[in-house]
Parts: sequence; C-alpha cells; structure tokens
Amino acid sequence: MDFQLSEDQKALREGLRSFCEGRVPVDQLPELEKSGGVDRSLWSELAEMGVFALRMPEAEGGVGLGSADAVLVFCELGRRLIPGPIVWTHLAARLVPGAATGDCVVGGLDLAGADVNVRLVEQLEQIDKLLVVKPEGLFLIDSSQLAGEPVPTPLDPLTPIHQLRDLPEGQQVGGPSDAGRLRLEGAALVAGQQLGIAEATLELANDYAKGREQFGQVIGAFQAVKHILADMFVRQEVARAAVYAAGATLDDPVVGDVQRAVSSAKLNAGEAASKNAKACIQVHGGMGYTWEVPAHYYLKRAWLFESLFGTREEHAEQMAECVERATHATL
Amino acid sequence: MDLRYSESDENFRKQLRAWLARAVPEHGEPPAINDWPARRAYDTGWQKKLFDAGYAGINWPKEYGGLDASLTEQLVYYEEIARADAPYVGVNFVGLLHGGPTVIAEGTPEQKARHVPFILDGSQVWCQGFSEPGAGSDLAALSTRAVRDGDHYVVNGQKIWCSFAQAADYCELLVRTDPEARKHKGISWLILPMDAAGIEIRPLPTLAGEGEFSEVFLEDVRIPVENRIGEENDGWRVTNVTLRFERGTAFASDMISLQKFVALLIDAAKRVTRHDEKAWQDAALRREIGHLSAELDALWAMVKLSVCESSHTGVPGLGGSAIKLFYTELYQRVCDLGMRLLGRANLSRDDVGGLPSQQILNRNLQSISLSIAAGTSQIQRNIISERILGLPRDPRPR
Repeated sequence: MDFQLSEDQKALREGLRSFCEGRVPVDQLPELEKSGGVDRSLWSELAEMGVFALRMPEAEGGVGLGSADAVLVFCELGRRLIPGPIVWTHLAARLVPGAATGDCVVGGLDLAGADVNVRLVEQLEQIDKLLVVKPEGLFLIDSSQLAGEPVPTPLDPLTPIHQLRDLPEGQQVGGPSDAGRLRLEGAALVAGQQLGIAEATLELANDYAKGREQFGQVIGAFQAVKHILADMFVRQEVARAAVYAAGATLDDPVVGDVQRAVSSAKLNAGEAASKNAKACIQVHGGMGYTWEVPAHYYLKRAWLFESLFGTREEHAEQMAECVERATHATL
Repeated sequence: MDLRYSESDENFRKQLRAWLARAVPEHGEPPAINDWPARRAYDTGWQKKLFDAGYAGINWPKEYGGLDASLTEQLVYYEEIARADAPYVGVNFVGLLHGGPTVIAEGTPEQKARHVPFILDGSQVWCQGFSEPGAGSDLAALSTRAVRDGDHYVVNGQKIWCSFAQAADYCELLVRTDPEARKHKGISWLILPMDAAGIEIRPLPTLAGEGEFSEVFLEDVRIPVENRIGEENDGWRVTNVTLRFERGTAFASDMISLQKFVALLIDAAKRVTRHDEKAWQDAALRREIGHLSAELDALWAMVKLSVCESSHTGVPGLGGSAIKLFYTELYQRVCDLGMRLLGRANLSRDDVGGLPSQQILNRNLQSISLSIAAGTSQIQRNIISERILGLPRDPRPR
C-alpha cells in the first residue's frame, strides 16, 4: 500500500494547476460569463494537455493513465471552475470519434433515475454530440437533431442551460453495464471537481480572513472565524481521502467495492463543495453576497455538480445497500 | 496511489488472524467495568499473551522487544484486533502508548531496565498525572509543586483525570520545579511509584458511571531524583515527545470497531418495529446510515493517506488533528442515530425487548468524552487554523 500521490501524479497536478491558473485566473471568471459556456480555443488546449484522452490506452493515442490520475486532473479543473462539458467529453473519449482530440465537444444527459420531464442540457448550443445515459444503455445523438428552449436565467452564470423539446432515440453505443460503469466514473470525476471547489473556497476564505480587518485586527484572529476555516479544512481533507480512494478503487477493484467507494466520494465531496462554498461567502460577510466577489460562482457550480451522476440522497441509499450487503457477507 | 496491502502485510494478517481466532475465545469475557482488580488481571493477562506470541509493542522498537511493525502492518493489526473483538489495551494504555515510549526515548539505561520490559509484558501498569483542576486545555499552567530536598523531590498538589490510577504501579507525573520561569520552562517529568506515602486516590465517576478516572492528591510525597526523565525543567519538551506517539494510528482500532457498530445498528433496524414496519424500511433512516457509512469509509481512507505520508516523511503529519476532530464528532453522530433508533428502548442501559440497548447506550455516553479528551474539538480547531492554515495565534498570556 502506498496511498499517496506519486511523483508523476504530483507533476501532473502541478502542470494542470499552473495551466488553469494562467489560463482562467479567478478574477477573470466574470469574463467567462460572456463566452457562452465553451471556449473552443481553451477546449483545444485542454485536449493538448491530455484531459480528454487521459485514460485512453496509449495504443489508441491516449495518455494511458488511470482513474486515480483522472480525479486529480478534474480536481484542478474544478478549482478554477473550467466551464463546459469536460467530464462528458472525457467519458466519451473512446465512444465518440474526435472527442479525445478536442475536435468533437460531447455533452451529456443522465436519465438514469432522473425526472424525465426535466430534460435540461448544459451548453446545448456549443456541443457537437449528446451522450444520453439510460438504465438500458448509452445513446449518442447528433446535435443537429436536437432543439431546445434556452433557460432565461440559469443557476450557474458560466453554464447556459436548455430544456430539450424532444429527445430522439439516437444510436446505441453501449449496454446497461456500460451505462452503469459510465455513471460510476462520471460520479468519481465530478467528485474530483467538487474537491477542487472545496479547496478553492477554503483558499479564498483563508486569504480574505488574513487581510480583512474589523475591531482593530484581522478577522482571522477571531476564534469564531478560525473555527469556520478549520471545519472547511476538515471537510476538504475528508473529501480528498474519499475521492482518491474512489480513483484507486476504480483502477484496482480488488481493494474494495467500487460502488461503495464512488458513492462515498460523491457524497463527501458534494458536502465539502457546497458547505465550503457557503462558508466562504459567510467569511466574506456582506461582500460575499455580491456578484463581484467570485465566491458565488463556486456555490452555484457546487449545486450544479450535485445534480450530476446522483445526488447525496441517491448515493446515501447506494451506500446503505453496499454496507448491508457487506454486513450480510460477514455474518 | 495504491490501496492494496502488500503480500507481506497479508501474510502478517493471516498469521495474526489465526492466532486471534484461538486466543480471543480462550481469554473469556471482560469483567465488570468497575471491578479494578479483575480488570487489571484481564487486561494485563491479555498483554502477557500478546507478549508471549510476539505481538506486544506493535510500534515499539525491536531493541526494546517491540515488533517495530511498518505503519501498514499496524493498520492490519488494528483491523484484525477489531475484527476479532479482541481486548484492547485497557489498563496498559498509558504504559504502552505514553510512559514506555517516553522512557525509551528519554530515559537513562537504569530507568529503561526498570520499566520498559515490564510495561511490554503487562507486569507493570502505568497511569497518567498530567491534568490538574486549573490546568486542562492549558496543560502548561500546572501548579503541582516539586521542591528539591537532597536526592528527593517533595511533591504537593492535585492531579485530575488520572486514568487507571486504581490499577497502576507507576504514574507519569508532571510537576512544577521552577515557579519563577515562564510556564513551559519550569516543568519536570517524574516517575511516581503509586505505593509512595502521601498519595490519596479519589475516584471521579464519569457521567457514564465508570470509575476509570480519579483525582490524585499528593501531600509531601517524596520521589527520588533518579526518577526524573530528562533534565530538570525540561519536562515540557519530554511531554511533547510522548504526545507524538499518541497521534497517528491511536484511534485506528476504535474506527474499525465503529464500523462494526454500524453493522449492529443495521441489524437492530431490521428488528425494531415502527408504525407496523421495520425501521430498516424507512428510507430516511437507511440514508442516514448510508451517509454515516460514507463518512466512516472516508475517515479510514484519511488514516491510510496519513499513515502512508508518515511512512515517507518519518514524522506524523499535521493532519492528525483533522482526523481526531472528524472521528470524534462522527462517532457522536453515529451514537445519536443509535439512540433514536432504539426509541423507548433507550430508557434502559441493559438490553431490552431483544434490542442492544446496553452497547448503544454505553457507547453513546462514553462518546461524549471523545471530543473533550486528548485535546478538545476546540483545541483541534485552533491547531488546524493556526498551524495548518497559518491564521494568527490566540493571545497567550504568560
């Protein structure tokens, strides 16, 4: 057992971090609001960094890395709120020609367990293909066959949303087990992004607490504020452990129950992302409630991520089933 | 990022599991919690069995008879101890986890010879004399006074929260030897023989009704100077050496045991009837158990991350405070669920209606101490915010 980042993984993380910080600095988030969701030049750069082809075998032109590496990459992308259907395009890398190279932007719609009357799709106008997940399998639809009404005021200012008018059947590209596996991988990658939000919001709040003065001292000197930040740190570390474990378990199922590891990651990282984003606003006080302080972008994205590949309720139910099964097995 | 135990870890597990399968049933049921002579005999008897089988001192150096196991072997050890419901350290806690390691690190050859082998084989029991009524979280404010008189110290003062004092042969005692110095600079670390004249032990029953803790009153107690560990007035540094041993894997076995407790709650939920259906049919209850289990799994992964990091750096990481804070508060939430699951059956501390009231109530009451002992949750939050997040330190008057 060597459950920590290898030197290669540290380098991978640093590479992504410096790319994201240079390319999408936090103070430029408002600029992204105008981009409509997918910036094609950023998309090609992400492809060049290997974000989409990361887990494809080298023989197929991919980077040949595993899920443990992928969660680190998506953590970095989450830290800087990189917009667009990056998880879906990554998941579609081996299913849809051009996805891995960034030439084809693949969006997605997860209908397994969802309300079928709510067919909201992110970035509909920017995607080339839509990958639909149903319990019976995976289906691919060309964007030319899709039409929808734009939602006038989407929750996340960086993520335009459309309600689909109707949903063509599309071409089946995978069976039920592929759909199940894709949902697990998707949940782990989104959990990685949620971990990134938990980290970034702690950083923002911590920096602010060290600079903002009230009552003649920085607010970070008050225990009431210090303890909010300490709790944010704990949530971040809990989420980190769960997310790394999910990545490692997807790569090597011998070490545990994959469903259980993924559900734990999505649940803990979801909680860390939304609670840390809210705490970040709280630490910023009145300014945190404004549009100009970027904290709200993180909270809104955290809520969006919660809806992807299973909410905390769904994963809590999954966890209970897994634990009950394991209990049976040992009795 | 590899979670797989190595082949040698798994071999270690196999042998330990086989030994525990024989040794645990042989050792019998634990005695009543307040029967101290019986508890001492039970706990030290188990320690002797571990010693004879070569499993004593899992993290002690080999040259002192320990196993010097790797950190992953230690995880395997704690997993198997909990899995087999084996007796945990009990009255040997202070000696094995505090006193012994401190004597090993800082003691003279004579002090080592007098204590180390006997702590390891269970024949010497230690208790702790650190906290005082006026020195809790602010331990360095302690005022128990030791005055030099020839080759003895004469000690007067009062200690509190002395675990296992009734069963102990020796006490690791912190005393003030220089009242003029700054508070961290005037403390010494002494070994107090519990049969010395002038010691009065008064049990301090906890809200759980246990007598694990005592107040110890010291009146003109004479302790030989040769019983001092480290230099005079250097006791604070010595203490921090001790505390370093406490972190890391200290709670590992309890964490696994908590996972087993969740399994017990699931089993109980299948038997509790509420509104004509079993509690387990209630989706909200199932999700709450699922949520807590997700957090427990994450906690165990946190321990593995921390242990693997320590294996490389050689020192326990600062993350120990985050683990302690999360673990203790999660433990309390699990117990709270147990109490609500029992419904009216939580009015009895003995099993009632075929439900495990005894275990749920005992755990629930005992769990209240977890966020207070070994650094309160508030102290842990201070450590995290000051030492990890770099926020300003609390004001520290002299």
